[in-house]
Amino acid sequence: MSFTPDIRLFSCHYTSQQSCADEGRELQQLNFPENVKMTRVVCTGKIEETTLLKAFEEGADGVYVVGCPADGCHNVKGSQRAAKRVEAVRSSLGELGVEQDRAKMFFLPRGLHPEFVGAAREMNELVTELGPSPFG
Amino acid sequence: MIVAERKPLAEIIEMVQDCKKILVLACRGCVTVCSAGGEREAEILASLIRLGLKKAGKNAEVFDASLVRQCDKEYIDAIDQFKGQYDAIVSTACGVGVNFIANLRPEDNVFPALNTTFFGGSAEQGIWSEQCAGCGDCVLHFTGGLCPVARCAKSLMNGPCGGSVDGRCEIHPEVDCVWQMIYDRMGNLQRQEELTASAPMRDWSTSRHGGPRKQVREDLTV
Repeated sequence: MSFTPDIRLFSCHYTSQQSCADEGRELQQLNFPENVKMTRVVCTGKIEETTLLKAFEEGADGVYVVGCPADGCHNVKGSQRAAKRVEAVRSSLGELGVEQDRAKMFFLPRGLHPEFVGAAREMNELVTELGPSPFG
Repeated sequence: MIVAERKPLAEIIEMVQDCKKILVLACRGCVTVCSAGGEREAEILASLIRLGLKKAGKNAEVFDASLVRQCDKEYIDAIDQFKGQYDAIVSTACGVGVNFIANLRPEDNVFPALNTTFFGGSAEQGIWSEQCAGCGDCVLHFTGGLCPVARCAKSLMNGPCGGSVDGRCEIHPEVDCVWQMIYDRMGNLQRQEELTASAPMRDWSTSRHGGPRKQVREDLTV
């Protein structure tokens, strides 16, 4: 049975800036998975644990965050904070007996890089393999 | 302050597995400072309980709210606003808050979300360490302000024990030997001589040995 996961991406405004240029048409051309729903935030350091958990509550099968390189965050430590919160969610998923890889953090430089599309594909493949969320 | 940490999720979810309507009640006191049970943590816990129960195929509504403090009648009385609305209250206060709710609500279920750990201080962000055992009869004036009851693994009144190595405790090598610290500090204060006197026999009745403790301040009662 084919399964298309519902994946939520929370991305740093700066990291995704060029990727979102031209109304995302470039992303489409690069085959960014359509089932990855992106929310841009001013800084990933702004993302709360509850933001990520709410995404799971609302039906996401996988949730990931893309922020600046840990040592090159536009807001100094924003992506490091985000990584800690993603880690806390991963730990809680583990406590609930759920695959921790349903939540992930990626550090990527700003600009339209193949890695941005690559991260989406990686999550898509990973979560497709894991199957539907047990919270469904 | 009182330091606490969240219980394992499985333990909390087991407590409320048969409840249909649950309130996760935060305390905006000490447990907010130690990031264990404030508003943010209660919101996270409510979400995790919802997810956990959903995964277990249970249908429940989980809400979160907070009180200024759960250890004070003046503030805990505000719990009346939730009366009769929930099958269970999961308190993210320290154990005192859970007791206060249990005292007030004979017929309501109240469950602890935290393990209350110790009286401590924040050494640096994200790290808390025990500083006081609340034993009710301070000896800090004899020991340069450093507590051997809370900070010595053996709670020695006349230390050091002889087991410490390079100023570290033999029980936990990462912990500084508090008696070494006391000795060094008293030296800095030119008070090392005082340590040659044996500490008097201690009356532990002010600690847990005397049963539940109570304090009355007549000047404050009305």
